[in-house]
Amino acid sequence: MAYFLQQLINGVTLGAVYGLIAIGYTMVYGIIGMINFAHGEIYMIGAFIAVIGFTLFTSIPLISAILLVLALSMIFTAIYGWTIERTAYRPLRNSFRLAPLISAIGMSIFLQNYVQLLQGARVRPIPPMFKGSFKFFQDSDFVVNLTYLQVLIIVSTIVLMSVFTLIINKTAMGRQQRACEQDKTMAALLGVNVDHTISMTFVMGAMLAAFAGVMVTLYYGVVHFFIGFLAGMKAFTAAVLGGIGSIPGAMLGGLLIGLIEAFWSAYFTIEYKDVATFVILVLVLIFRPSGLLGRPEIEKV
Amino acid sequence: MSDTITNLPPKPEFNLQAIAKEMAITFVVGLGLMIPMVLLRANDVNGKLVIERHWQELFFALVLLVVGRLGLILLDKHKALPALIIGVVMAIAGYSIHFPTELLEVFTLAAGVILIIRAVLFLWREYKGITANDRENAKKRREKLLENSTGYISAIVIIIAGLLPFLSDILQLLLPDFLGGDSSFIANMSGRYVVDTAILILTYVLLAWGLNIVVGYAGLLDLGFVAFYAVGSYSFAILARDFNLGFWTALPLAGAFSMLSGLVLGFPVLKLRGDYFAIVTLGFGEIVRLLLLNLYELTGGPDGINGIPRPGIGNIVFSKRAKEEGTQTFTEFFSTNFWEITYSSNHRVIFLYYIVFILCMLVAIFTIRIRQQPLGRAWEALRENEVAAASLGINRTNIKLAAFAISATWGGFAGAFFASRQGFISPESYTFIESAIILAIVVMGGMGNLMGIALAAAILIGLPELFRDLEEYRMATFGFGLVLIMIWRPTGLISFRDPTVLLFGKKKKKADEEKLAEGAGS
Repeated sequence: MAYFLQQLINGVTLGAVYGLIAIGYTMVYGIIGMINFAHGEIYMIGAFIAVIGFTLFTSIPLISAILLVLALSMIFTAIYGWTIERTAYRPLRNSFRLAPLISAIGMSIFLQNYVQLLQGARVRPIPPMFKGSFKFFQDSDFVVNLTYLQVLIIVSTIVLMSVFTLIINKTAMGRQQRACEQDKTMAALLGVNVDHTISMTFVMGAMLAAFAGVMVTLYYGVVHFFIGFLAGMKAFTAAVLGGIGSIPGAMLGGLLIGLIEAFWSAYFTIEYKDVATFVILVLVLIFRPSGLLGRPEIEKV
Repeated sequence: MSDTITNLPPKPEFNLQAIAKEMAITFVVGLGLMIPMVLLRANDVNGKLVIERHWQELFFALVLLVVGRLGLILLDKHKALPALIIGVVMAIAGYSIHFPTELLEVFTLAAGVILIIRAVLFLWREYKGITANDRENAKKRREKLLENSTGYISAIVIIIAGLLPFLSDILQLLLPDFLGGDSSFIANMSGRYVVDTAILILTYVLLAWGLNIVVGYAGLLDLGFVAFYAVGSYSFAILARDFNLGFWTALPLAGAFSMLSGLVLGFPVLKLRGDYFAIVTLGFGEIVRLLLLNLYELTGGPDGINGIPRPGIGNIVFSKRAKEEGTQTFTEFFSTNFWEITYSSNHRVIFLYYIVFILCMLVAIFTIRIRQQPLGRAWEALRENEVAAASLGINRTNIKLAAFAISATWGGFAGAFFASRQGFISPESYTFIESAIILAIVVMGGMGNLMGIALAAAILIGLPELFRDLEEYRMATFGFGLVLIMIWRPTGLISFRDPTVLLFGKKKKKADEEKLAEGAGS
């Protein structure tokens, strides 16, 4: 039971991170119908900025350092997201379906190697900073550990996601985004600046991914230029699992993927945890192609 | 005179304020992009992470970005002369001024040259009075010409490719005086390095033609093609290792295994549509790679499989000495039956080249033939409109499954060939990047166009190979090049795509076109 609880905590933490990245995928897919392959790299850049930030701000108090790094990472990463959309995707907006996808794959390869060239190919570590944990079930032979950091990740993710949901549901920008998602031409006719809305979608997705990147840097303490690929794949899996285009779906999907990964590594073989994720993705898609919370696709003639 | 031309686009307004705003945005965005990556760099100093500050590089990169952007804006506003001046200044600066890094110099020079070319082209068009309409027509004419001459071009390319290993000998034999004996370029044209690169390119051509059946003809986006490539390689290697099968028995078996895997993986997922299909195939690609990594007893895990046998013909082997009983080396065989030659490791390379060349030709013939068959027509019908095709009685799953299995088979052949050429395989060769590269070749080549795909493979695989010395910048340039090519030609390099079969044959189509042209002319 204690072991189970521990895995639950680990899984939820992991799931929070995947969920944050998955939102970026699902929003972009919802609004322009493309898989933004470079989104994993956006997350990686956010994590790298966090490493740089935490190394620079060692002298200031921890909490303010974390807040500062979060803010900086989100701003700089948002600029990356904006630029990528502007240079690699916007010229291909009305092109045929595969062109933006190839462009995104190219962008992803470029960003990986760009970071590798500038920041080095080696793993970049930061010293553990956020120590301490709550302990449960101390009487039994297994101690459940809920670190402060895990609490921070889970709580801040919940807060961030709530704020984000409010933005999407209540503000003018969110309304415009939902309008563009349904029908870009109609939205444009009604005075919505579609280009600007799409840019903002990328900016918001990048900010969430940067948040996830900072949290992962704190959690694992190491960053590498290749981390974006696998995290991106898992997050995309999460977005599909939850029903691509649906924001609550992405959160749910991320949580599920995190839990699956944690429990699989704990109870079965750790080598096959990624296989398990993908097998579940395949099974979900075969039996429920529109994902858990997605709307079923209607075949139009 | 010029007043009568109505189709000229309105001259863009030249507004200094707007340009200043644009420049300011470029500056701020550039600063935002460069501060965390160019200015601040993580570096290990005695095992401790230190953040270095590269102010100089930041300054030069920013200036380059802003000036280059200014040149592009001026071009957009039809101010070609100032853009030309900026281009010249940049080119000279890149060539002569010493920048903090060589990369920045190259960038500045390249950006300057591109600006010059575009400005000169613009000025020339203005001088000649060429309108956008004229250019459109000229482009159409060029494409028509290309379409009509595809047959001849293909024939020439195939002949050159077929003779490639002996090209320098033939040229030297035919034109000894004209070329001045042994000019190094001609002598190196069929050198080992060139043939090796050609083998690599043809391997990718084979893979891309395989994937083309699924992506180009059946219209399904397969992001996990590398799975079949891997199955082909590993089944070949395992058959050779555990059952001692030779190249020519293991090759078709590897193809068969790949086909089987295509059927097994394809059957459950072919009902999925569009991007769901793409993501499931991506998942399959990763699953196969992870299995290869973890099924240690069978695949050797991360160490891979070593000592995969090289191909030979019958009892002839392509090595210096015949190790096994009953075999003889190619050198011995050729010397006793034809004329005296000395051993050279090039013989094996040339032999490998012809194997992959013949495989490619087989795939090409098969592909061209099957497009005319009911199966090929059904693929195209499904691609153009799935619902309509299904209403006409096409069994969607079976037709897609056939495409999947055939393309997997070709992927398996390519994999087996790759394994045999390398002599060593490990899961590292079968990552998602490979799938992405193969897909990029297919899309860049114009989806469905065999010549275009071969050209794209030559560019995407051959060009980076030429710049081996710049190894560290290779993949970054590849990625960025992919983006640029997609923006420049989103539909691929060679993008005409007529239906293979027309209702009343090609004559009717031609007559229709002529009628249309007449109608437009009158």
